[in-house]
Amino acid sequence: MSTLQHPATGASGPATVTEATTTLRDPQARSSRASRRAERKAERHVDGRKPKRSGLLTAVMIVFVVYSFAPLFYLLVNSTKTQASLLSTFGLWFGGKFNLWQNIVDTLTYNDGIFVQWLGNTLLYVVVGAGGATLLATIAGYGMAKFQFPGRRAVFAVVLGAIAVPGTALAVPTFLLFSQFGLTNTPWAIILPSLISPFGMYLIWTYAVDAIPAELLEAARMDGAGEFRIFFTIALRLLAPGVVTVLLFAVVATWNNYFLPLIMLSDPKWYPLTVGLNQWNAQATGSGAEPIYNLVVTGSLLTIIPIVVAFLFLQRFWQSGLAAGSVKA
Amino acid sequence: MNKRLRRGLSAVAIGVTAAVALAACASGGSSSGGSSDDISKALKDGGTLTYWSWTPSAKDQVAAFEKAYPKVKVKLVNAGTGADQYTKLQNTIKAGSGAPDVAQVEYYALPQFALSDSLLDLSSYGFGDLKDKFATSTWNSVDMDGKIYGLPQDSGPMALFYNKKVFDEYGIAVPKTWDEYVAAAKKLHEADPDAYIAADSGDAGFTTSMIAQAGGTPFTTKGDEVTINLEDAGTKKWTKTWDQLVEQGLLSKTVGWSDDWYKQLGNGQIATLITGAWMPGNLEASVADASGDWRVAPMPTYDGGTAQTANNGGSAEAVMKQSKNPALAAGFLKWLNSSKESTGIFMKSGGFPSTTADLESSAFLDEKPEYFGGQQINKVLVDASKSSDNDFTYLPYQVYANSVYADTVGQSYENGTSLESGLAAWQKALAKYGKDQGFTLSSK
Repeated sequence: MSTLQHPATGASGPATVTEATTTLRDPQARSSRASRRAERKAERHVDGRKPKRSGLLTAVMIVFVVYSFAPLFYLLVNSTKTQASLLSTFGLWFGGKFNLWQNIVDTLTYNDGIFVQWLGNTLLYVVVGAGGATLLATIAGYGMAKFQFPGRRAVFAVVLGAIAVPGTALAVPTFLLFSQFGLTNTPWAIILPSLISPFGMYLIWTYAVDAIPAELLEAARMDGAGEFRIFFTIALRLLAPGVVTVLLFAVVATWNNYFLPLIMLSDPKWYPLTVGLNQWNAQATGSGAEPIYNLVVTGSLLTIIPIVVAFLFLQRFWQSGLAAGSVKA
Repeated sequence: MNKRLRRGLSAVAIGVTAAVALAACASGGSSSGGSSDDISKALKDGGTLTYWSWTPSAKDQVAAFEKAYPKVKVKLVNAGTGADQYTKLQNTIKAGSGAPDVAQVEYYALPQFALSDSLLDLSSYGFGDLKDKFATSTWNSVDMDGKIYGLPQDSGPMALFYNKKVFDEYGIAVPKTWDEYVAAAKKLHEADPDAYIAADSGDAGFTTSMIAQAGGTPFTTKGDEVTINLEDAGTKKWTKTWDQLVEQGLLSKTVGWSDDWYKQLGNGQIATLITGAWMPGNLEASVADASGDWRVAPMPTYDGGTAQTANNGGSAEAVMKQSKNPALAAGFLKWLNSSKESTGIFMKSGGFPSTTADLESSAFLDEKPEYFGGQQINKVLVDASKSSDNDFTYLPYQVYANSVYADTVGQSYENGTSLESGLAAWQKALAKYGKDQGFTLSSK
């Protein structure tokens, strides 16, 4: 009996018959083994033999990895330094006193814990803004894909046009519009513009065209289900990988949203982490400067951790979402 | 009384009451200035204020104020440093709402906000009586055309900060004239190619201060008329000296206030700083490595004879016209920048004062900070403040002017070419912008 090896982790499978039969009975193990086998089959299917190794491509990928990972490494290394040793030691390796815990404590308590306030704000904007954007984009994309209605082409054209307009061009007009409503310097000024994601809608639309068979919807309608019932119980399940993709895009965009909050907000108690960290960074400039670069670096590290966790956690959906809709069952 | 008459009478009654009420609304709360009595009344009645400032001591100053006047609540907001805050201020002014009651505005940006009619004229609140409390050059920055647009917070008379350790190591004497300074630059850079006499990658504020020291008046503003001349005698005097440093690569290109810049100040690769008197606080807080190495000397002059310096940086605080409680805002401002308690807190955090009482106090003059090897630096700095009384005028759009400096004059620094061409480009850009904004331009 061959030992199964997981392509990514290299963990080997059961080596004895008894182990194999027990795992065969375990439904979760069975499905994961089945998916592993399917993956290996797909891999071998490409050329009829193992995929070729390319030295050049490997080298290019190594360069990419180093380039992407270097700033992360810098953050990890430099958040262990004190303010003074940040400016006097080599940038890419440790130096001076190991100050990570103190830095974290200082970051969370500086200025009466404003960092925690900023973290809360960012979570608010992300959950309500990105969550809301995903929901709206899904409903809209589903509607565009599965329904015929007058003006459909016009909507298509407007949405594509909207994607093309840069956000920065709209920032100041949005500010003037919101100040007429008295909404500037409030969380609504950030949440409302984040709810609109034309790119997300387009993604769901193209995904829904293939992922949801029209016959299924017809059958559901004939059985007497209302449109929203069909959407929430049938369509949403089928769209799950696409929804997660849009959610990830929206979360990253809202988490990193900088220019809009910078324009809209003047009271630091509503800042998201991006604008807040920039303000800390600017403290190093000018008369009466009080540089806190160590807090900026540590704060940046703390800021990216939730996003990294979210990506790793949702990796399954992300990977299957990209490819699944392309193959007809 | 029949129905019609009663209805008619009640209508008239309503109308009269409405008219009286409206008249009362209109007469109360005049928008054109109160008096100093209004200030004391407002402070007694209490209220809330919003104060935008990035000054590190602002938090302690606000706390002390609230203790002295328990009925007043001040909300301190750090809306950004310098130009970042001015962008936000401009946005609120444009939108007509959201501006704070009191805002910190640097001297170079004050004319811009004053001339756009966004600041409250404080002369009717008796602020004219405070004139003698402040250094002349700082008062001239807030007193424009007989109107008082704010109160000075700090001052920035320029001096020469130098790293004595580096100077002693290479046998460089403290330069007294600009020619000596250029010679020192050459000597230092030849001895150590990694070291530079100064860092300058193009700073608009520095340039305008240097032109001022050389006696130039590049900008004049009279109402809507703006004159820009970046080729006058004073400017040429400065560029003649500074070109030597730029063209011979004797200036470090490190951007000011970056962490590289702090690093180089600490390890001696930048040997001097020609900047305002507020720098010691920064050095002490941020360049701990070089403690004991730095000293202060008077700014080099062109003739080596009479002391002559200029101002660089420093801010005032002003009351915004949008303020809903101008008397209270004026009262807070008066306490903030002229009361002994407040200026004491400011100075303790490293600020350089603008109030004459503090500048002349013996306690201040006798200070011997350890960072400067026990030198009585304040004596040098206060002397500098006495010879920096030149009246320098800024443009009504100086914030914009400074923002395009890097694109124009910055190119000369980048390419190591004469500053004259860069300044000519800057002048052209500023003239065009002024015309677009509706000012009448004359370039001589």
